[in-house]
Amino acid sequence: MSGASVELASLTFSYGETRMEFDLKVPVSSVIAIMGPSGSGKSTLLNLIAGFETPQSGAVLIDGRDVSADRPAQRPISMVFQENNLFSHLNVEDNVGLGRSPSLRLTQKDRQDIADALAHTGLAGKEHRLPAELSGGERQRVALSRALVRDRPVLLLDEPFASLGPALRREMLSLVRQLHFDHDMTILMVTHHTDDAQLLADKIAFVDDGRIAAFEDTTTMFSPSAPDAFRAYIGS
Amino acid sequence: MGQLSDRRVLAGLAGLTAVGLLIGGAFAGLISQAVTEWSGAVSALDPYLFRITRFTLWQALLSTLLSVAPAILIARALARHPDFPGRSIILRLFALPLALPAIVAALGILALLGRAGIFADLLGWLNGGQWQGIYGLSGILVAHVFFNLPLATRLLLHALETVPGDQWRLAAQLGMGPATSFRLIEWPVLRAALPGVAGLIFMLCITSFTIVLTLGGGPRATTLEVAIYQALRFDFDPARAVTLTIIQIALTVMVVTLLIRLGTDMVGDPNLPVSRRRPSIASRRETIFNFALILSALLFVAAPFVAIIVSGLQADLSRLASDPALHRATLTSLLLAIISAGLSILLSLSLTVARSALELKRRGQGHPSILERLLDTGAGFVLVVPPVVVGAGWFILLLHSGNVFVMAPIMVITVNAVMAMPFAIRAIRPAWDGASKRHEKLCASLGITGFNRLRLIDWPSIRRPALTAFAFAMALSLGDLGVIALFGSDAVKTLPYLLFERMGSYRTADAAGIALFLGIVCLALMMLADRTRRNA
Repeated sequence: MSGASVELASLTFSYGETRMEFDLKVPVSSVIAIMGPSGSGKSTLLNLIAGFETPQSGAVLIDGRDVSADRPAQRPISMVFQENNLFSHLNVEDNVGLGRSPSLRLTQKDRQDIADALAHTGLAGKEHRLPAELSGGERQRVALSRALVRDRPVLLLDEPFASLGPALRREMLSLVRQLHFDHDMTILMVTHHTDDAQLLADKIAFVDDGRIAAFEDTTTMFSPSAPDAFRAYIGS
Repeated sequence: MGQLSDRRVLAGLAGLTAVGLLIGGAFAGLISQAVTEWSGAVSALDPYLFRITRFTLWQALLSTLLSVAPAILIARALARHPDFPGRSIILRLFALPLALPAIVAALGILALLGRAGIFADLLGWLNGGQWQGIYGLSGILVAHVFFNLPLATRLLLHALETVPGDQWRLAAQLGMGPATSFRLIEWPVLRAALPGVAGLIFMLCITSFTIVLTLGGGPRATTLEVAIYQALRFDFDPARAVTLTIIQIALTVMVVTLLIRLGTDMVGDPNLPVSRRRPSIASRRETIFNFALILSALLFVAAPFVAIIVSGLQADLSRLASDPALHRATLTSLLLAIISAGLSILLSLSLTVARSALELKRRGQGHPSILERLLDTGAGFVLVVPPVVVGAGWFILLLHSGNVFVMAPIMVITVNAVMAMPFAIRAIRPAWDGASKRHEKLCASLGITGFNRLRLIDWPSIRRPALTAFAFAMALSLGDLGVIALFGSDAVKTLPYLLFERMGSYRTADAAGIALFLGIVCLALMMLADRTRRNA
C-alpha cells in the first residue's frame, strides 16, 4: 500500500442555510489534521471525500482521478468513524473480513491477511470475540484492522478516538503512526485535540465557517505566526 | 441516485400496492354493487337499519363506560400499592385477554353465565325462576368489559407511572390524603390519557364482530358488522350489505379521525408498565378498599379463563382428539395462520425498510415526501376498515365472478396479514430503524449491498422482533372468526369456524374442548411473542 494525493477542487455543498466551499490539495502519504469549531464543516468535509454527501459542484480528485461519481465503496478510501464502526452481531474476524469481501466469502489468503492485520493492531487471539466483549480502544483497533485489509491508499478518521481516555488515545495515536510508517497511506483525521495534531500531523487544515481558512505545516500552526482565528480556537 | 433506484424503496412500493389492492378491491366491490343496484342500497335505509346503527353505538358507549370507569379506580389502586402481592402476575394476567380469540372468551363467559353455566342456579334463584342465560346486550357488555377493562387498566396505569417518584415523596411528606393526591397528582395525568383510552375502546367495540355474533342472540342485539354478515350469508342481499358497510366505514372513519385528533396511540402498548420505587401513601382504610377492588377485578378477569379450562376438560377430549374434522380444521388453521403471519411480516418489513431508506436519504432534514408518509402511516389505515368490512367488499366483488368460497383461504390469509400489520410494524420498526441508522454509512463504505446486506447485517438485527411479530400475527390470524365467517364453507373450515359451528348445533361440550385447545395455542404464541420481545 502507498498513499495517493487528495484534491478538492471548488467543492461546494449546501443544506438548509449552510453553504460550504472547499479547496484543498493534500500531498501523497501525508498526515493531515482537520481542526475547527463545532459545526464548521469538518465532518462534512470528510463525508464529501468519502462520498456520503453529494456536492453541488466541484470535484474530488484522488491520485488525480475524479471520483465524484463513484459510490463510497468504489472510492480508494477507508474510513473509521467515531462510533458504530462494527456490526455488533459479528465477531472480530468477520467484522474485519467484511473489508475484504462484502459477502464474507473469504479465501485462505484473505484469512491470513486478516490474522496479520489483527496481529499488527495488537488483537491476536481475539478473533472470535463479539464487539460487546471488547473495550472501546479495542473496537477502534478492529476498525483500523479492517482498513488495513481493505488496503486503500487514503484513510479518513472522523474523531475516531474522541471517546477514549487520555492514555488509550495516546496509545491509539502511536498505533496510527506505526501503521502510517508501515503502509504509507494518506491520512486525513478530524480532531479537537491539539496533541493529536502535534503527535501525528504533518499539516493542519483549519476549517472555519464552511471553508478551509488555513492549511499550513503543524509547526507553523502552533507558532505565533498562526492565523488569529486558529489561535483563538485552540486558546493560545 | 434517484429514490426509485433503491431496491428497498421499490419493495416498499410493492408492499404498499399490495395493501392498497386488498383495500381497494373491497371498495371496488362495494362501489360496483352500489352503482349497479343503487335502488336496493337506498331501500335498505329502513327503520331496522337505523335501530342497528343506534344499537352499535349504544353498546359501544356502554361498554366503554363500564370498562373505563372501574379501570380508573383499579389502575389507581395498583399504582398506589407497588408492593401489592402478585402485582406483576396480575398485570400479566391483564394482558392475556388481548391474546384470547373472541370466540373462546365468549364461550368462557357462556360457561359461567350461560343457561347451563356454573352460576346458572345462583342467578336463577336470584332472578326468581329459570335463568335464561346471558344473551343480548348484557352478554355483549360482559364480554366487552372482560376484554377492555384490563386493557384500560394497563393503559391508565402506564399513564399513572409517568408521574415522577419525587412527586409521590412530596405528597407523602406533605401528608396528602387520597382525595387530595388524586385531585392534584393522579387526575391531571389520567385526564390527559382518558380520551385516548376511551376512544380506543369505543373503536374496538363498534367494530366488534365475534362477541356480538355469539352473545348477541337475535335481531334485538345486532350490530352493523353482524348485520353485514347476515345480509351476505343468510339473506343474500348484497345491496343491503353495501349500505350497512358504508355506514360502518363512516362510523369508524369518524371515530378514527377523532382519535388522531386526540393523538391516540391506536395500536395499544403491549409493554408491561414498570413500577418504580415509590412510597406507599395509602391509609389503612384505603388499603382495604383498594385490595378489595383489585381482587374483584382479578376474579372478573380470571373467571372466564378458569371456566374455559374447567368446561374444556369436561369435554370428551379423547374422542375430540380423534375427530377428523378437528384434525382438518387444525391443519387448515395452522397453515393459513403461518402463511398469513409470514405475509404480514413481509409486507410490514417492506414498508419499514422503504420508509427508513427514504428517511436516511433526506438525512432527517426537510419534509417527508408523500410516499414516505404513506409508508409511515399507510398500514394504520387498515384500522378504519375492520376485517368483516374488507371481507364483505371482496365477497360482493367475487359474487359476480361466482367463486366466492374458493377464495376463502386467500381472503383469510391476506385480510388477517394486513390486519396484523400495525402491530407487526410496531414490533419491527424500532429495531430496524436503529440498526439501519447505525449501519447505513458503514455498509456504504464497505460496499455491502442488496442480498449480502440483508443476510449479513439487517436480518440478524431484526430476527428477534420479527419473530415476536410473527407469533403475534399468527395468534391474531388463528383466532379470527370475521373473515372465515363470511367465506367459510364445508371445504374450508378453520378452528374458530368449527367452534362456531359446534356452538350453533348445541354440541357445547365439543365447543368447550375446541375452545380450550384454541385458547392454549393462541396464548402460547402470545407468550412466545412476549418472551422474544423482552429478550430482544
